[in-house]
Amino acid sequence: MENKSALIDELLEASRIHKAVHSDPGVAYLVVHHNEVIGLRGLPGILVEPRQTKDGVGIRFTVKAGVQIEKPVYLCFGMMSDRGKQHIDMDVHIEEKARVNLYAHCTFPNSSNILHTMDAAVHIGPHAHYSYYERHIHGENGGIEVVPKAKVTVEEGAYFKTEFELLKGRVGSIDIDYDCLCKANSILEMIARISGRGADIVKIRESGHLAGDHSRGVLTTKIALRDSASAEVYNTLTASAPYARGHVDCKEIVQDGARAKAVPVIEVNHPKAHITHEAALGSVDSKQLQTLMSRGLSEEQGVELIIQGLLR
Amino acid sequence: MEILQLKDVSLTLNESRILRKLNITFWQGYVHAVSGPNGAGKSTMAATIMGLEGYRDIQGSIIYRGRNINKLAVDERARHGITMAWQDPARYEGLSVRDFLMASSKNKDPEVINNTLAGLSMNPAQYLDRALDKTLSGGERKKIELASIIVNEADLVLLDEPDSGIDVESLERIFDAIDLLKKRGTTVILITHSLAVLERADHAFLLCHGEIIDKGDKAKIMKYFQDKCIPCGHKNIPDEWEPVIGK
Repeated sequence: MENKSALIDELLEASRIHKAVHSDPGVAYLVVHHNEVIGLRGLPGILVEPRQTKDGVGIRFTVKAGVQIEKPVYLCFGMMSDRGKQHIDMDVHIEEKARVNLYAHCTFPNSSNILHTMDAAVHIGPHAHYSYYERHIHGENGGIEVVPKAKVTVEEGAYFKTEFELLKGRVGSIDIDYDCLCKANSILEMIARISGRGADIVKIRESGHLAGDHSRGVLTTKIALRDSASAEVYNTLTASAPYARGHVDCKEIVQDGARAKAVPVIEVNHPKAHITHEAALGSVDSKQLQTLMSRGLSEEQGVELIIQGLLR
Repeated sequence: MEILQLKDVSLTLNESRILRKLNITFWQGYVHAVSGPNGAGKSTMAATIMGLEGYRDIQGSIIYRGRNINKLAVDERARHGITMAWQDPARYEGLSVRDFLMASSKNKDPEVINNTLAGLSMNPAQYLDRALDKTLSGGERKKIELASIIVNEADLVLLDEPDSGIDVESLERIFDAIDLLKKRGTTVILITHSLAVLERADHAFLLCHGEIIDKGDKAKIMKYFQDKCIPCGHKNIPDEWEPVIGK
């Protein structure tokens, strides 16, 4: 028991949510180390049904209709060891008019040979609100392959936001594949912010299908690469209903021998739908940098500040 | 006392000579205006003094506080006390006004930053957490750029067309800022073709075709500009014509 408690604390600390979880008994959380649920605190209206698998856990996560969870709900997945596999199956149901903000902290601080995969099926009921913030913490040498996949359905009037961010350590290899279907009057926001270095490999495939009247979607990717890191971003946004509106935005800053590729795919199948896109790949903007240097910042300091802003 | 001298400074850009053996001296603590028609080389001169990328391959010398700074990079010149406000300030994705001003600030004092913004009629509570991007108007970005100059506390400040994109009320705040800099003893170089801005200077130069063609009292320069430059039929196309002076 003591060991488990110590492991929970270690994982939460490494995930940077120790204080948030322990200082407030009104905060729900789940802690999974490898394939074992080692910590769980629920709340009325939230149903968390974990099941152990060989290499990870399956979780059915439900927020009951009409339940509004004001405080963040934390899911902590991770491994403190340096090697192994962890697979997460998520089956998420946010029922009608429910509201929840989920923070998934995926923590592998000592990674040298880890495979972390996730398959998620997400259903967001009518007029429900679901935000999913995925925050990763990796080892300084990378040594990790992360493969998250999700299929999301956003019902009428619902809101879905997902943000991916690497808080600490090196990417290693990441291959994100998210696909989202949006029904009438729904809103989709997908944001990814990643900084790659060394030989990191970043692949992002995000697709949004604005299939309902007045549905709206924004896909945003911001990446900063240096050394010999590489990134490929395929953002697809389709609009096939009247007054569907969308925007795809990809910005990548490339330094040293890093390589970046962005392929925005925009498809409009209705005369009253509208999608815009922008992509900017390349070195740091010269005017931005020289302005900061003319205030006394060194080139390195200026570049760092610009990248911090980009990844915000 | 002299703070900055350009001695026989020439600069060629895209095979065109923009600055032609420019000789100009700026005095410490004064507000100088460098005036002239469009294309005369005013902004190029400012970029050359600041040492911006693409403007460092000069002939001649730039002497700052008695030292030749030709080989100094932009940030080195800045740390020696020179800074510059762009005519069209840069926009930054995600960088907040607060972070930009803190990065620009010499003393990193939040109260000074707040007071500086307030002095430019910008409510700090409304602006500090906003991103310095396209959601701000040109006039707002201009005033934030000026705020960054003020908190930088440089000894010599280049203001490139400080009135462009500015409304009348904001222009008064810009003039207040110039007065503040002057009170501090900062040397201010105003790059302008606006008579209203020229009026704020202690001393003025008239630049045409990459050369100084007149200098002195601002009233004299204003008169010359109004009488001769405005009606002058030539265009500042480098290397294609000789300036018609005195006609």
